[in-house]
Amino acid sequence: MKYAILISILLSYLAQAETVFVTLEKDNALAIVDPIAGKLLKTIEIGQRPRGIALSPDYKYLYIATSDDNTVKVFSTNNYQEIAQLPSGEDPETFALNPTGNLLYVSNEDDNLVTVIDVINKKEIAQIKVGVEPEGIAVSPDNQWVISASETTNMIHWIDPKTNKIVENTLVDPRPRAANFTIDSTQLWVTSEIAGTLMILDVNTKQIIKTIRLDIPGVNANKIQPVGVVIDKERRWGYIAIGPANRVAVINAQTLEIEKFLLVGQRVWNLAFSPDQKRLYSTNGRSNDISIIDLENHKVTKSVAVGRFPWGIVAKP
Amino acid sequence: MIYAKKKPIFCFLQTLILLILCGSINLVIAADIQLIKVAYITQEKKIPAALSNLDDFVPLKGLAGTELAIKDNNTTGQFTGQEFQLNKIIIAVDSDVTAIAKQKITDDTAFIIANLPVEQLKTLADLEIAQNKLIFDATTTDDPLRNSQCRDNILHILPSRAMRADALAQYLLKKKWRKWFIVSGSSKEDSLYTSAIKRAAKRFGMNIVAEKKWTHSYDARRTAQSDVPVFTQNIDYDVLVVADEQDLFGEYLAYRTWIPRPIVGTQGLTPTAWHRTHEQWGAVQMQNRFKAQAQRWMEEEDYGAYLAVRSIGEASVRTHSNQMQAIKDYLLSDKFSLQGYKGSPLSFRAWNGQLRQPVLLAAARSLVAVAPIEGFLHPKTLLDTLGYDQAESACNNMSKTQSESIVKKQDNQKQIQPINATHSFKKLIKQIIDKIKQ
Repeated sequence: MKYAILISILLSYLAQAETVFVTLEKDNALAIVDPIAGKLLKTIEIGQRPRGIALSPDYKYLYIATSDDNTVKVFSTNNYQEIAQLPSGEDPETFALNPTGNLLYVSNEDDNLVTVIDVINKKEIAQIKVGVEPEGIAVSPDNQWVISASETTNMIHWIDPKTNKIVENTLVDPRPRAANFTIDSTQLWVTSEIAGTLMILDVNTKQIIKTIRLDIPGVNANKIQPVGVVIDKERRWGYIAIGPANRVAVINAQTLEIEKFLLVGQRVWNLAFSPDQKRLYSTNGRSNDISIIDLENHKVTKSVAVGRFPWGIVAKP
Repeated sequence: MIYAKKKPIFCFLQTLILLILCGSINLVIAADIQLIKVAYITQEKKIPAALSNLDDFVPLKGLAGTELAIKDNNTTGQFTGQEFQLNKIIIAVDSDVTAIAKQKITDDTAFIIANLPVEQLKTLADLEIAQNKLIFDATTTDDPLRNSQCRDNILHILPSRAMRADALAQYLLKKKWRKWFIVSGSSKEDSLYTSAIKRAAKRFGMNIVAEKKWTHSYDARRTAQSDVPVFTQNIDYDVLVVADEQDLFGEYLAYRTWIPRPIVGTQGLTPTAWHRTHEQWGAVQMQNRFKAQAQRWMEEEDYGAYLAVRSIGEASVRTHSNQMQAIKDYLLSDKFSLQGYKGSPLSFRAWNGQLRQPVLLAAARSLVAVAPIEGFLHPKTLLDTLGYDQAESACNNMSKTQSESIVKKQDNQKQIQPINATHSFKKLIKQIIDKIKQ
């Protein structure tokens, strides 16, 4: 009986087991966090100025842009050993994997390029000229579109992944930072850091269907600088990290109205869901921690100190 | 039989349609490229006597900023079907600016980026050829030019002396360093800087405990080491505010005063539009891109010229126009919002054409603060806590223009899709041709 209880506890723990990976821009390291226990497990050195991070669809590999090493490094999620370095072009910051996980699209901010990398053969297969200072990049879940947001050109470039050519361009609010597709690939959500807005674009028409100003009562408009954006799988809620406003906006993804704002750490930067989407994690650059948000109640439950300048974040079951 | 008769006619029609369609494709593409002509005018400067050999003299500051912005505009232009053309007018030290301007600024140029001293700028703006043009003053900081002497065809990019002094005052008030000792040089610019400092002191309730002129009349055998302590003796103050725009003595004040006090103003902690210590809000990328192109740090003049050309770029992309009036109206409207790597969106004050922007407070190797400082409030925008606000301004030239031509509330997103339109047009043609072939 005792054993049975123990085993059931162990099983439930295993079922819940989850690992969160956080890049630490100023520590040149990766923080590994147990979000259930709310504990930093360990920190490992990974390279100069790590920023963008992604998991392969099978969770076996971690991709990390080590910007000052001018590469995207590949790590095993078993033993955290470096397996390969991908030819990402100069100063990689943000990148996106396609749904099958064989192609990686990198923004090269200083060169106005998007580099396409064949992950299996570790080869650059194309470079696409985009606008000035490309940053946000995303691949639609149906693999029909790759979008690149250029911060100074103020455009979303729609790239056809079959031809690696820009097909259309949408002019958006100044300094678009991050972008993400809804799971059904019908909408693209884009944040504008300077205008303090979230724009919802219709993927068919490539036009903005709604612009939401993320004004927070009592917070200076200059501090409303939205960055990271994620939308849940049911398309019930979307979440926006609002940088120095230290808040995450909760957006009703059906009505496209602001539901509420959640107070997190300082200069909230990027967001990631837990694999079961019951929790949301935010990297808080200036307070050197991550916030854990319970999505059933939309409440911030915990913050975990991780190291200097947490930047990117992903969660693996 | 009937069919056989019809077929050659159909073939002929098919070819004709094809020819027409091909022709119109070319027409669409040719008509799509919209030319936006920008002139950059400046005069070479004499190499000034150097205070030290630390900083190299940078000839033609501002030009590299203009060139980078033209490049950025053209990168965007390839997606909007626009091309920005730069006409560089660089006038030799002893040549006549007005005569050369008249000769070199073409009629079809709507926009002029001016890197000229105040008097020359005024002369240029008043020329007949400048009346239907928009001049971007990329480098002056002059307050009268933005107030009683303002011109309706000039927009000012860099923060005025008043904006700089206010930025400094906000920070000093926050630090509670309220007792100011002002030291100024003897040039006209130094006295204008001092006026701005005094205005800020009054606005923010500072106490000017002493004001002295540095006359350079000291015995050559004496050194800064002995001059400065005597100069600053017997005065009780919190900060030494220095007005020395030509950099002739200000650097010698630090560490040599009678009592240990910080130096602020044109040296020491300096209010500025741009600085090499500035890294936030994407400024690192700007610094990197500029350095890669110019092989040196970006100076304030480069930043001013860069923002001027980027303003034209942003306005012409959003309005899809190359016309002076349309661009000017857009720039002075609420819709204009420029990314200037300083966090807040930049826009123009409609009453005097001044670009509103945060002001950096920089020490030689560290960025100390960015004004407006937290806590200084304004009913419209915090950026208007710096410099002359609408009610204080003696200039109403610009607002007149704005009310004359109300900016239409049009959906810009829909307005400008030339490439997209061409693309779908091409698609349509392809479909037609495919159908015909079948």
